[in-house]
Amino acid sequence: MKRLMKLSAAVAMVATLATAGTLDDVKKAGVLKCGVSTGLPGFAEADSKGTWRGLDVDYCRALAAAVLGDASKVKYVPLTAKERFTALQSGEIDVLSRNTTWTETRDTTLGINFAGVNYYDGQGFMVAKSLGVKSAKDLNGATVCIQAGTTTEMNLADYFKTNGMKYKAITFDQNSQVDDAFFAGRCDVLTTDQSGLYAKRTKAKDPSKYVILPDIISKEPLGPSVRQGDDQWFNIAKWVLNAVITAEEKGVTSKNVDDMAKTSKDPEVQRLLSKDGTMCKNVGLEPGCFANAIKQVGNYGEMFERNVGINTPLKIKRGLNALWNKGGILYSPPFR
Amino acid sequence: MSFLRDEKIRGILYQLITIVAFAMLALYIAHNTAQNIEARGIKTGFDFLNNSSGFDITESPIHYTTKSTHWDVYKVGLINTLIVSFFGIVLTSILGLIIGVARLSSNWIISRLAATYIETFRNIPVLLQILFWYNVVLAAMPSVRHSYSFFNSIFINQRGIFVPKPIFLDGSIYIAISIVVAIIIGWFIRIWAKKRLEETGKEFPLFLTNLALLIILPLITYYATGKPINFDYPVLKGFNFEGGKTYTPEFLALLFALTIYTATFIAEAIRSGIEAVNKGQKEAAQALGLSKMQALKLVILPQAIRVAIPPIISQYLNLIKNSSLAAAIGYPELVTVFAGTSLNVTGQALEIMAITMGTYLVISIIVSLVLNWFNHKMKIKER
Repeated sequence: MKRLMKLSAAVAMVATLATAGTLDDVKKAGVLKCGVSTGLPGFAEADSKGTWRGLDVDYCRALAAAVLGDASKVKYVPLTAKERFTALQSGEIDVLSRNTTWTETRDTTLGINFAGVNYYDGQGFMVAKSLGVKSAKDLNGATVCIQAGTTTEMNLADYFKTNGMKYKAITFDQNSQVDDAFFAGRCDVLTTDQSGLYAKRTKAKDPSKYVILPDIISKEPLGPSVRQGDDQWFNIAKWVLNAVITAEEKGVTSKNVDDMAKTSKDPEVQRLLSKDGTMCKNVGLEPGCFANAIKQVGNYGEMFERNVGINTPLKIKRGLNALWNKGGILYSPPFR
Repeated sequence: MSFLRDEKIRGILYQLITIVAFAMLALYIAHNTAQNIEARGIKTGFDFLNNSSGFDITESPIHYTTKSTHWDVYKVGLINTLIVSFFGIVLTSILGLIIGVARLSSNWIISRLAATYIETFRNIPVLLQILFWYNVVLAAMPSVRHSYSFFNSIFINQRGIFVPKPIFLDGSIYIAISIVVAIIIGWFIRIWAKKRLEETGKEFPLFLTNLALLIILPLITYYATGKPINFDYPVLKGFNFEGGKTYTPEFLALLFALTIYTATFIAEAIRSGIEAVNKGQKEAAQALGLSKMQALKLVILPQAIRVAIPPIISQYLNLIKNSSLAAAIGYPELVTVFAGTSLNVTGQALEIMAITMGTYLVISIIVSLVLNWFNHKMKIKER
């Protein structure tokens, strides 16, 4: 009986540890466990040397730089669309940065909180050029490849129903299976967020044989999320994202961050980068946390151009993802 | 404390302690889970089953739209699981029996071929085989516009096999009746043939007669009642064939892979069954003047099957469970649609996983109960 008591006491300890503050857990482990996609060029993909790259990956790195002072202290956990929320809920990962759409149901019923939006997307369609399709309205009767467990699946159903069109959906668990099936000719159409379509097109043997239709059928604000019930960690996740956006707005880059910290006359830049670190202390981090993130990973603009921008194979324009004062809708609350 | 010296009482005491300890641990885990879920604000309960799903399922044997509920999703998934399992079990039994017998053939080439087949396919993980066959189907078949066409009514392409679908009109009930009648007549012929065999020793071509009966009688009825069955032919419309019945590449690849894989184990079970039959039985059959085929059919196999049934039951169960690997290629069975898409839409992993696991448990238990009853019936009755 004593042994049993000991055992259950041990189990209870493990259980209580798991519910303690995420920040303490991460600091203790010395590494940030970040859930990412299993492989989506431009957003999260391991290169030939096994180094993870992408916009979502850069968010993980910025968070690690802010929390642990080192952007390389991230353990990437590749997750399918199906696995992602369970992984976050169960504590397998500390933050989910896996091009995940922020929706009401997800925010309120899954026990997670969205920290903001790091990419404004919308669902689109890719078809073979040879089909001669010009608009999504021409897709009546088409067979569509999609990934299981995504908002995409529901948007698709809504869109075809609204327009009185029929379709056949072929649903796969793995992202790569969706691509393979589409490029093998199993489906006429591949649908996912438009950024994803650009990324997938780079995987085709001959990308010029495929076109991405102009129609956007949904709003897909993609962003990182954390477990509900840990407000401190939620604040950190939110403000690290805001910091890199503010940095772009104020012209702070990975190259000039040290100079700016010393010379900038802009009070907000001083608050963002200051040595006394009031802003960092507010969220429970060491002074210089945001400066670390910007120095090691860069501001939002740098992240965007490096991973998905016009000079990458994805060739995505800033569009909606430009700053609010440059024609986009990217807007960070002030650092004050 | 002298009662502790009694071995029997001590034994019972130990067992009681074990049970109580186990129950406490289970209760603790359940309680802890519930508390954690509560603390994290995750929705619980089974209300979601009545919410409409909002997504589509292409291969649905029952009526299903985006307005259908998650409970409907469950039913669609379950039926698809049962369909592929049923056809899988039937096909794998036939294939396994043939391969198992071929494995012991005195013809060197045939037995080697069977052995190679068994060793190859039972040693490759079934998930890889599913993916392999799926990609083979997609790569080998022509695109929709260049379909293989048979009699302009059957089409084969990357999107599957399209066949005409029968539509039953008034009067088609008579055809169903005629099939039943044919079976009953066949039954009587069998009794008569057996009696005649016992009395005169003359064999009657029972199989051929009954087969002919089963085909001719319904055919006559079909014409006599004025062809009450229409066929809905698949027609190329826009992107794809419409109408008719479609067997998708996902279904075919899954069925094929499961059949090929499981048949290797059935074949081995049959072989060990045959080898377990005493050599004297075969010799006795020869001495009675039975042909090789007759000896196999009447003497060897009935005894071999008895030995082979228990391992075959486990293989049937494995096939049913392995059908859940369809998630990899998108055949909409239980795990793909219910434990996949529904889980993601609702986020209620615990409930959905519990339902899914319970379902597989129930299916497996029912199948093994039925087959154990069959096994019991087939056992040698020792009097």
